Amino acid sequence: MHGSVASRKVRARAKACCFAGTDFIQLRLLPGRFLRYASPGGFPTASGLPMNLLDPQGPVAAANSTILVDSVFIMLAIVVPTIIAILAFAFWFRASNPRARFQPDFVYSGRVEMVVWAIPALTVILLGGVAWIGSHQLDPAAPVPGTGSPVRIQAVSLDWKWLFIYPDQRIATVNTLTVPAGAELNFQLTSSSVMNTFFIPQLGSMIYTMNGMVTKLNLRADNEGKLQGLSAHFSGDGFPDMMFDVNVISPLAFPDWVATTAKTDAVLNEDSYKKLMQQGVEKGRPTYRVDDPRLFDLIATQHIPPGPGPELLSEAGRSQSGGHDAR
Amino acid sequence: MLGKLDWSAIPFDQPIPLIAGAVVLVGILAVLVWVVVKGHLPYLWHEWITSVDHKRIGVMYILLASVMLLRGGSDAIMMRIQQAVAYQSQGYLPPEHYNQIFSAHGTIMIFFVAMPFVIGLMNLIVPLQLGVRDVAFPTLNSVGFWLTATGALLVNLSLVIGEFARTGWLAFPPLSELSYSPGVGVDYYAWSLQISGVGTLVAGINLVTTVLKLRTRGMNYLRMPMFCWTTLASNLLIVAAFPILTATLAMLLLDRYLGFHFFTNQAGGNVMMFMNLIWAWGHPEVYILVLPAFGIFSEVVSTFSGKALFGYRSMVLATMAICVISFMVWLHHFFTMGAGPDVNAIFGIASMIIAIPTGVKIYNWLFTMYGGRIRFETPMLWSVGFMVTFIIGGLTGVLVAVPPADFMLHNSMFLVAHFHNVIIGGVLFGAFAGFEYWFPKAFGFRLDERWGKLAFWFTFTGFYVTFIPLYVAGMLGMTRRMQHYDVAAWRPWMLVAAVGMAILTIGVICQILQLVVSIRNREALRDRTGDPWDGRSLEWATASPPPVFNFAFDPDVRGEDAYWDIKIHARQQSLEHEEREYHEIEMPRNSPTGFVCAFFASIMGFALIWHIWWMVILGGIGAFATFVVFAWRDHDEYVIPAAEVARIDRINLEERRSLVSMAGAT
Repeated sequence: MHGSVASRKVRARAKACCFAGTDFIQLRLLPGRFLRYASPGGFPTASGLPMNLLDPQGPVAAANSTILVDSVFIMLAIVVPTIIAILAFAFWFRASNPRARFQPDFVYSGRVEMVVWAIPALTVILLGGVAWIGSHQLDPAAPVPGTGSPVRIQAVSLDWKWLFIYPDQRIATVNTLTVPAGAELNFQLTSSSVMNTFFIPQLGSMIYTMNGMVTKLNLRADNEGKLQGLSAHFSGDGFPDMMFDVNVISPLAFPDWVATTAKTDAVLNEDSYKKLMQQGVEKGRPTYRVDDPRLFDLIATQHIPPGPGPELLSEAGRSQSGGHDAR
Repeated sequence: MLGKLDWSAIPFDQPIPLIAGAVVLVGILAVLVWVVVKGHLPYLWHEWITSVDHKRIGVMYILLASVMLLRGGSDAIMMRIQQAVAYQSQGYLPPEHYNQIFSAHGTIMIFFVAMPFVIGLMNLIVPLQLGVRDVAFPTLNSVGFWLTATGALLVNLSLVIGEFARTGWLAFPPLSELSYSPGVGVDYYAWSLQISGVGTLVAGINLVTTVLKLRTRGMNYLRMPMFCWTTLASNLLIVAAFPILTATLAMLLLDRYLGFHFFTNQAGGNVMMFMNLIWAWGHPEVYILVLPAFGIFSEVVSTFSGKALFGYRSMVLATMAICVISFMVWLHHFFTMGAGPDVNAIFGIASMIIAIPTGVKIYNWLFTMYGGRIRFETPMLWSVGFMVTFIIGGLTGVLVAVPPADFMLHNSMFLVAHFHNVIIGGVLFGAFAGFEYWFPKAFGFRLDERWGKLAFWFTFTGFYVTFIPLYVAGMLGMTRRMQHYDVAAWRPWMLVAAVGMAILTIGVICQILQLVVSIRNREALRDRTGDPWDGRSLEWATASPPPVFNFAFDPDVRGEDAYWDIKIHARQQSLEHEEREYHEIEMPRNSPTGFVCAFFASIMGFALIWHIWWMVILGGIGAFATFVVFAWRDHDEYVIPAAEVARIDRINLEERRSLVSMAGAT
């Protein structure tokens, strides 16, 4: 939309100008469906996109957020009256109210006990049903049927960027995920080093990535446009920069995008992967050809050993860093 | 000679920790100089540091918690400011510093504020409520306290010597393994918790034994005040859960120190095992904290409503139900790790089931107020504030127990808001309610009501202004622990949260001023009768502050609300006018064991962190030798003569006679 490359450069140094512009409009808006308007100006920068959970862009997120909202309302049905009763009882039975009847012996009532155990129990039975059915229907590994053939994506969390390998298309991207609208997205996920969580808020269900292990997640994006994803599990100093763009493009444009990307000179193989997994923040959006479609398996099975972590600083480096990596 | 320790460990280039450390150091030195110059040192040594009196130890626990609350609160202020300014910029804290701050904030608030606060209140009050003269193991009690203080000392030391963990307050591997966290931060974290964990375990064993074995005549289980029940439940959880923490951290330390592979990426290590183990401790821990708070609210609501607790037996059942179920829900902390739907659903439902007894408690407090004559003094304000706030925290808690909802909210700011909602709204409000309620018992004068109420309203408002925006930010996809961010939609909520933090800070300042004002006006606020609130349980049956032996005669309990019965009885029959024959009382002698043991443990902990092996051996031998010397002691009790007991008791009785004529007549 608004030239994301330029604004990203500006962003790096921009002093926050918090009271300018439309930022403050949101203050007046309440959570709920209004939140979808919370980010002004459409899609300002690539990594400043809204991630409103109540504005789902795919079936998984829609189902998740429906359960979320329904559960809140089920609970509000007893929570609101209870809060009102607390405040009302506390007010009415204040010592200074001569009209309130003092009943010091009202310390047990079988009927009241029945009710106070029954109310939360019934609520929990209802919500328990929601949880049971929801857990099964929305299991991250459960299929999410879509149009056209599913797209396989192998996601690897690196220190501190995301690598997305498309094994069938033999391409890979960093910090940007391009997917066709409407197709089932089959994610296999692992980590090059520490734990992270893969999460595209508006597509739903997050999942952990762990070294030496593969987790599975199926999603679908229904509308073309730009979304944003992030890591939702703290993973070290560069963690806040593990945001990634999600471009949902039309199924017709997807093969073109693949073809264009495949023409890139950069090749992702064991060697270039090992360079990529060094600790560091990736500001650009590099793309690669992938010669060996088994690369993900090599990572997941630790044939490529886990990322090395911070490099040990030399004596000179230590004195500069004031001992904060003292070892 | 000094292991990994050298001058590079002092962060000369980082003004914030250096200045903070210097201010604290100057403060401590100033207090020490004042103590020595004024000649208070012998008094402190004999009356406090070596004291094995449960009341004194309780007060020291609470003092430690209060000081650490200021430290943890400063961390919170720094985090809120960072997130308010770090929009499209790096803010004022670099990642390596910000990451230490949120890790320290969590560690300190849970282990060195919430834990010592509730353990302190339990120590102070439970023996009094049970009508006994001390806890089961008085010297062990002192050891427990001083080991907790050692942990706190080590955490604070990391501010100026080396660094603290940058891994979050639970130090998840593999990030916390040597390969990804080569510094001493995780070692500071792990050794402080190992040492203070021993202290907590010891305190837990002590309090469980006290409740089970030391009750006065007639105080059977179903006559115990609610606070004793929740103490029992909470300490049973400590005894069962803390060894898991110790074992888990021991495994992490073995990985880090001796190259084991419990939780490493390679050689068969499994990070998911750490997640399971740490939460198998971590979830019960939440209930360890909140159950005593439930007990405090039960006492306060009942006293200030002028009624016995509604549905007492139901409350006992609910307490013990929470105690048992809390061990069966830990997996809800990682629904998103890819376990199957059956596992997720079962743990989700188990987590919801805890809401049933908790809901019952809320309703029973509600009906305790019904038909009462409610006096809105500060402890009661905290209690009503708690009830409202905790219900909202309960709602969001049950929400994240629904796995599909958690798939979107896990680790988000929504979650951060949720657990602060229950820990501030539950534990901290409870600690403050207990502090206001029992302060006159501990020190013999009340706290200033005006400042107390101001503190409540600022804290209450500040809480909502801080954490409602975090709920909203979570709904906007914001995850926790972000040192900076570029998402415009989050920004305003972070600014509002920073304003809320300022209001919370005013609340804490009011609390401090309340203490200062009350100490200055202590003569006007003096509680001469020992029963300032028209209380119902036995702690109000003795003087304020209680004599070292608590009760001149073992109280004889004939029902629930023991002291209320005594008051009514006394008014009807004027029994208090009978002169009774006093007997001499044996009390445990003071012992420096706890302090000396912790002194050596501190040395050992510090040496372990910095790999100074000779010093480790020195500290270890010292700590063990202290224990051996104590084990070979000859005299462990001293005798208070009957005449002295009579003298002390008669002073209080005189004061109390006037009260007795009014008691229950209101």
